[in-house]
Amino acid sequence: MSWFEKLLPSRIRTEGAGKRSNIPEGLWTKCPECGAVLYRSELERNAEVCPKCEHHIQQGARRRLHWFLDEGTRSEIGSAIEPIDVLKFKSGKKYKDMLAIDQKTTGEKDALVAMEGRVKGVLVVAVAFEYGFRAGSMGSVVGERFVRAVDVAIERGIPFISFACSGGARMQEGLFALFQMAKTSAAITRLHEHRLPYISVLTHPTTGGVSASLGMLGDVNIAEPGALICFTGPRVIEQTIGETLPEGFQRSEFLLKHGAVDMIVDRRKQRDTIANLVSMLGGLPKA
Amino acid sequence: MNFIDFERPIAELQAKIEELRLIEGDSSINIGDEIERLRSKSEDLTRSIFSKLTPWQVSKIARHPQRPYTLDYIERILTGFVELHGDRQFADDAAIVGGIGRLSGRAVMVVGHQKGRTTKENIHRSFGMPRPEGYRKALRLFQIAERFRLPVITLIDTPGAWPGIGAEERGQAEAIARNLYAMTALETPVICTVIGEGGSGGALAIGVADCVIMLQYSTYSVISPEGCASILWKKSERAPDAAQAMGITSDRIHALGLVDRIVKEPLGGAHRDPDTMARSLRNVIVDELERLDAMDGTFLRARRYDRLMRYGRFKERE
Repeated sequence: MSWFEKLLPSRIRTEGAGKRSNIPEGLWTKCPECGAVLYRSELERNAEVCPKCEHHIQQGARRRLHWFLDEGTRSEIGSAIEPIDVLKFKSGKKYKDMLAIDQKTTGEKDALVAMEGRVKGVLVVAVAFEYGFRAGSMGSVVGERFVRAVDVAIERGIPFISFACSGGARMQEGLFALFQMAKTSAAITRLHEHRLPYISVLTHPTTGGVSASLGMLGDVNIAEPGALICFTGPRVIEQTIGETLPEGFQRSEFLLKHGAVDMIVDRRKQRDTIANLVSMLGGLPKA
Repeated sequence: MNFIDFERPIAELQAKIEELRLIEGDSSINIGDEIERLRSKSEDLTRSIFSKLTPWQVSKIARHPQRPYTLDYIERILTGFVELHGDRQFADDAAIVGGIGRLSGRAVMVVGHQKGRTTKENIHRSFGMPRPEGYRKALRLFQIAERFRLPVITLIDTPGAWPGIGAEERGQAEAIARNLYAMTALETPVICTVIGEGGSGGALAIGVADCVIMLQYSTYSVISPEGCASILWKKSERAPDAAQAMGITSDRIHALGLVDRIVKEPLGGAHRDPDTMARSLRNVIVDELERLDAMDGTFLRARRYDRLMRYGRFKERE
């Protein structure tokens, strides 16, 4: 759950599951970076970027796609796919119960939302990770929805865009989760066989199995400003090598410097940048 | 011999047998019968202990310092092996070894994680934890194999990818992702065997295959039991519980349909008899290779893709 969702009374949070775009989420929000108190609707008009300090506040998957895709052009892909607890995973709490809680708080069935729609008139398929759901972790449902979304892009001959935001593979689904890395990466090979562009947008944070699969495989990799993007998280590295890490390590600017991403793009400019890119890469819709 | 904690009763019996052997040497009394009795008792005990191992005990066997590693298998399975080095970009990562050799007469490309036995060796090989250049070396060898139509045999044995500053700077995530992507598209057969530890993305990065095999006491997991425990309970000491919950053993994973075959290990684990272990593994690989040989490249690739797409369990509303 993102910090501002925690602030909300549960009555508001659980209402209108699945179609949250029109639901008010409380009037005021505090920027986690500069502490500025912001008017919620003003913040949303600004793509949830703090107008005072430009901090990119974590954006829910559905809000992100609603903001990214043109009004009235969106249709969801794979929403009927839902998670199950294959391993009967228990760690004090049952995985089944954790799923139920996250479904209630986020209004999503799992951590990936996929939609077809237009960006400034250009037809695309876009998927976004929901960090509020098990830290955006990738299990069977995320993998399957990702593949179904890729299949729609191939069927229609249109570009594919992914907004990653994830802690990695989902432990509670064991090896099934690990193998989603191979499954999603394989799907991207098919996208490329059909000469369809794949734009990977990496948002805060994208780590572990998600960055080491679909995240890093974009024809163009775009990072949001200040995002943590890595394979091994900084805490684990620090514990292993016993040194303090350099300032800005594994942040977007660091990745750009080391050649891992093509560019850092402000969220408010992403529609323009991506629409321009995919239209030049030949991702025009079939008539 | 090196015993794991849960093998203590076996170790005690073995010590007794050794003691009797020494006595036997310098006395005229015939205690051969007694030794034989103890030896058979020790074997029964081993069989009984190994018939009900917990997942955590299995992971101790998988990490046993005397367990055969990739080069031990290469030495026993291949003839005329030529090791190839380097990623042509930055370095040669000794945590992954690979090269060409003959398997029952035919040339194959073998790539595997390599751990060390001594401290010095382990530092050299980073405990079998590859950096990006290791994965990029593997990729280079896969591409050679593809070009010259050599089957690819990979051997997995790693705690995971190396967690370090340099590895991150040089694109650890990209290197792993690139291998998953490239292995999917190979038109040459790929057979992967988990010989020890299959530690998360660092293992999978050489694990996309037409046939996935696990040795009986190897493990394969999304995160190490210690890592899982420290996230779930903030205590790595609860690793045994995490090992249980995640399902990391060959029998469990096979039952879930995620690996194709399990190769039985000698009594007490692969390290008790590496020669027999290598022979069993060799036979299974040769057998699987014969099956895959019958398929042409395009078919093989489509078949591998379909296998990947089937990974996952979920429900779907009408």
